[in-house]
Amino acid sequence: MNTTKAVEAAQTTADTMRERFVSVTSRLLDEDPRLALVLAEVTMDAFRPAQEVHPDRVINVGIREQLLIGVGGGLALTGLRPVVHTFASFLVERPFEQVKLDFGHQGTGGVLVSASASYDWPSGGYTHMAPGDVALLDTLDGWTVHVPGHPDEAEALLRHAYAAGDDKVYVRLSAQENAAPRPVDGLRFQTVREGGAGVVVAVGPLLDNVLAATEGMDLTVLYATTVRPFDDAALRAAAGRSTGGGADVVLVEPYLAGTSTAAANDALRQVPHRVLGLGVGRAELRRYGTVDEHTAAHGLDAGSLRRRIAAFLG
Amino acid sequence: MTQTAADPEVRHQDLGALVGLMNGAEKHAPAAASTLDVLWVLYDRVLRVGPGTAGAPGRDRFLLSKGHGPMAYYAVLAAKGFFPVDWLSDFAAYGSPLGHHPDRTLIPGVEIGSGSLGHGLPLAVGSALGLRAQGLDDPAVWVLIGDAELDEGSNHEAIAYAGSAGLERLHTVVIDNDSATHGWRGGIASRFEAAGWSAVTVDGRDHEALYAAFTTPHPGRPHAVVAHVEKKR
Repeated sequence: MNTTKAVEAAQTTADTMRERFVSVTSRLLDEDPRLALVLAEVTMDAFRPAQEVHPDRVINVGIREQLLIGVGGGLALTGLRPVVHTFASFLVERPFEQVKLDFGHQGTGGVLVSASASYDWPSGGYTHMAPGDVALLDTLDGWTVHVPGHPDEAEALLRHAYAAGDDKVYVRLSAQENAAPRPVDGLRFQTVREGGAGVVVAVGPLLDNVLAATEGMDLTVLYATTVRPFDDAALRAAAGRSTGGGADVVLVEPYLAGTSTAAANDALRQVPHRVLGLGVGRAELRRYGTVDEHTAAHGLDAGSLRRRIAAFLG
Repeated sequence: MTQTAADPEVRHQDLGALVGLMNGAEKHAPAAASTLDVLWVLYDRVLRVGPGTAGAPGRDRFLLSKGHGPMAYYAVLAAKGFFPVDWLSDFAAYGSPLGHHPDRTLIPGVEIGSGSLGHGLPLAVGSALGLRAQGLDDPAVWVLIGDAELDEGSNHEAIAYAGSAGLERLHTVVIDNDSATHGWRGGIASRFEAAGWSAVTVDGRDHEALYAAFTTPHPGRPHAVVAHVEKKR
């Protein structure tokens, strides 16, 4: 069966980021002979049609995450562009030394695409939560990190990542998303609002909450879907619009709170500034329930964000 | 990158002197390195790769997974002309490309950077898959691991998958110098055989036996050679 037609047929209704990952990757496997996908059972059923068309370039190693990354690294050694996928906790955390050594140390690259994010499946508990994935990658050199906030943005960023030569790229997909997509370029933060009392950087799926939280406040809101490399210039430019004595910056990230605080400080090293890092808390909640309940528990719903941002700005 | 032509005069018995350039020993018996005979037979008679083809898509790949104690590896690569022999005397110096663990980005002919155990076999599986996906059905992929390295679970993920996938171009040499604390009851070869590999066990010092083991046909299956050498003292 023709993969492209099958995925286009499946795309007539609104899809999730993960479904878009399947359709886009299946299509690009048809078009780009350099692309090869490695799976460890997760999402395998959705890629079955693509595997039938490309049995040598859609590889399922079973529930073996060290091998998952090692095979990706081996494919890269032969010149292919590996796309390696599973849930974030099993893609970045469990085989972290493989990520460190089987790509970076070898001088090769690939695209890691995760699903499940920080708490996409709250009833699955802490074993399937990976709020620390971006912070972990920050210990390594040269990883680009994309955090789309909408399936359309996920498609654009996946295409950008697949075409990025031999770069090391992490694409963090989530079931959480904003109501509408924005054009993303895989490089820069976007200015969504301008104001003089401070800067809020909203990352990926948290943009809608940030916009609701800061409604009527005199704040610049930057939207970040590519967080590494950090867009120093955009933050500096936004901070330069501050009317007070120094720049007040709030980071709102859908992973571990404070992950980008050091990056923001580095970007503003020549400017007096304060930074508040908001995001997912470090402590285990040991709660199940819904995504919205976890968002509220971490203080990332619009009401909590408004109170915390207002308190910081004084 | 400077490439020195292979010196046809360098023979197996000369490797000890090359190793001596690295460890300072005047007369260092080649047998001091558990891997030396295996490496020599592979590079001298089996692997279809040389200094002129070290970057060729169709070359055979040899991945040294057991990256510690690489002096025998460096001696063989220098003997075969992958890099100048005079690199050996600066072994492990700050400005030397040759460290106690090899780095593929620094040394011509080195396919992987290794040192952390259990990475080579999964990388070799990926290499075999990558070559196959590009229609390169001829190149062989070889990986060398140690019997204690086999403790690492990542190897068992790779052994099980490669056997099931029937990766015929994949070859593993296990240097067995009885260094695994808990041993391998039933033998190392049985681990591979149970996963669907072809496997043979040979004397790791016997060049003819090694050559025969390395060239044993294994249609439709990956191949493992367990090379026994004397226990490390």
